[in-house]
Amino acid sequence: MTPSALSDWVNAPMAAFRLLSAPVSMSCIGGFAAAAAWLAAAWVTAVWPDRPDTDWSYTGKLAAIFEVCAVAVACVSLAGIRFEALRRLRRSAPWLLALALFLLFWEVGTAKYGLLPLPFFPPPQAILEVLIDDWARLSDSIFASLLLLAGGVALGGSVGFVVGVAIGWSRAVGYWVNPMLRFIGPLPATAWLPLAFFIFPSSHSASTFLIALATGFPVTVLTWSGIASVNTAYYDIARTLGARPSFLVLKVAIPAAMPHVFVGLFMGLGNSFAVLVVAEMLGVKSGLGWYLQWAQGWAAYANMYAALLIMAAVCSGLVTLLFRLRDRLLSWQRGLLRW
Amino acid sequence: MVAAMQVDAGTGLIEPRPRRGAALDVSGVSHAFELNGQLLSVLDRLSFHAEPGEFVALLGPSGCGKSTLLRLVAGLEPPCAGRLSMDGRVIEGPDPSRVVVFQDPTLYPWRTVWRNVALGLEARNLLRHRREAIDDALRLVGLAGFATAYPHQLSGGMAQRAALARALVNDPMLLILDEPFGQLDSLTRIAMQAELVSLWQRSSFTALLVTHDVEEALLLAGRVIVLSDRPAQIKAEVVNKQPYPRHRGDPQLVELRREVFAHLGLDDSW
Repeated sequence: MTPSALSDWVNAPMAAFRLLSAPVSMSCIGGFAAAAAWLAAAWVTAVWPDRPDTDWSYTGKLAAIFEVCAVAVACVSLAGIRFEALRRLRRSAPWLLALALFLLFWEVGTAKYGLLPLPFFPPPQAILEVLIDDWARLSDSIFASLLLLAGGVALGGSVGFVVGVAIGWSRAVGYWVNPMLRFIGPLPATAWLPLAFFIFPSSHSASTFLIALATGFPVTVLTWSGIASVNTAYYDIARTLGARPSFLVLKVAIPAAMPHVFVGLFMGLGNSFAVLVVAEMLGVKSGLGWYLQWAQGWAAYANMYAALLIMAAVCSGLVTLLFRLRDRLLSWQRGLLRW
Repeated sequence: MVAAMQVDAGTGLIEPRPRRGAALDVSGVSHAFELNGQLLSVLDRLSFHAEPGEFVALLGPSGCGKSTLLRLVAGLEPPCAGRLSMDGRVIEGPDPSRVVVFQDPTLYPWRTVWRNVALGLEARNLLRHRREAIDDALRLVGLAGFATAYPHQLSGGMAQRAALARALVNDPMLLILDEPFGQLDSLTRIAMQAELVSLWQRSSFTALLVTHDVEEALLLAGRVIVLSDRPAQIKAEVVNKQPYPRHRGDPQLVELRREVFAHLGLDDSW
């Protein structure tokens, strides 16, 4: 076999594979398969009658939403053939397909066949019903939760940052604060709950304190470690150029510690969600945690699922927001962890 | 420094006044570190003098305490014994008239090149009046097009040039160079050595270079002070009166190099 024949023999299957996996054809196939799955979900929901012993009033609306999704996915896939920008969306085609299939099986398993026991596993249209009919109460809960969270995280984050900088910078502050931090810091903020509700005048202020505590600890520790790990050569450079101590703190130590600070904020935000929900379940009479508790009391499982869905969206949205902020402020860093 | 600028009465343009190098006096300086409970002597009664505008190289084996000496000259640490003074004034702390270029460029990664070069002026609240000085310094080191780049986007040589600009923008009277080209590839190093000499010739600051590279010391400096192993003592002084630009293959330079190697105890082995 001549070398060129050999390379042909090796290359032919590779070329065929490349043709099959070419971006355009893949985006079409994946996108249209996803659209078809959504259409199937819509069709099953609309045409297949619900079990006779149930009375779901939003089946038609759910089918319409599935249909809208199907049309949207199909349109984007079609446009993707022409427009380069939309082609990036083809990565989500398998996910869209899987999501449609999941909803389809859920629908069949609950509303159509009743394989999963009620009231623990309501069909998708029941959750849709809650989202639409109980939106006033849900939106109030979202607002209350966000308000409480914002107050606590802002307080804990800023105090934690200042204390962290102080410990990292001043030996005296470190001497006094460090042992307290080491002793009290690892205690879960929720352990303070009974005491906090007793000491503070209102459950709102008590919860704010607990959320601040939960956020503040990781922010303090990581800010401190960030300040402590600043390359000492950065200080030497600034000092030989005539920098005063205030410049060394504000323009050298703090900017250099910012990557650590953001890790602390990320951990603190995660802690704050946990404390928020517990505080709302046990004391505060509003918010998504309270809504969950209330829904469970009425055995309204569809409401619980709706609240969980919203909670996941809100928490994930806040973390995304934090990462966006970090990407903006720390654009000088290379190899950032993507969220 | 504001004092280095004066307004030309005729044209109203700000002209840099010819700057002046500083005289450096090191007399009887000893220094020691505590290492694992033991006192480790690094400098032993070192004395030398640098004339204003002179280019002096301190040459010695790795770990002989050269960098420690530079930290003392910069005022970053006080010596255990002896006296360092610049223009007759005792060095008690860091001062922007003595600027250090370290072995590592140590640019601040969160600042653009422009803002890194602006560091000294910003620290002394002079930035508002002297923004052009930064552009000038960047142009001087050939980084005018990289003002908005971040340090991670620069090559090693460019980063070291930015560090040089960061030092020069402060109009130093004494430029302290701690193996500034040690981490560069040989081609970049040769180019940067030539650039440094021409910068020094134009600006007339006093330059104090620490290096373990014999050739570099002889190419750049008018006087090479050869240091012994730790604790560092002065072994010899080699004066090189050859005009710039100097060439590596110059027979006179080769002869001087042989002499320096002999002082370092390497006459047979190379």
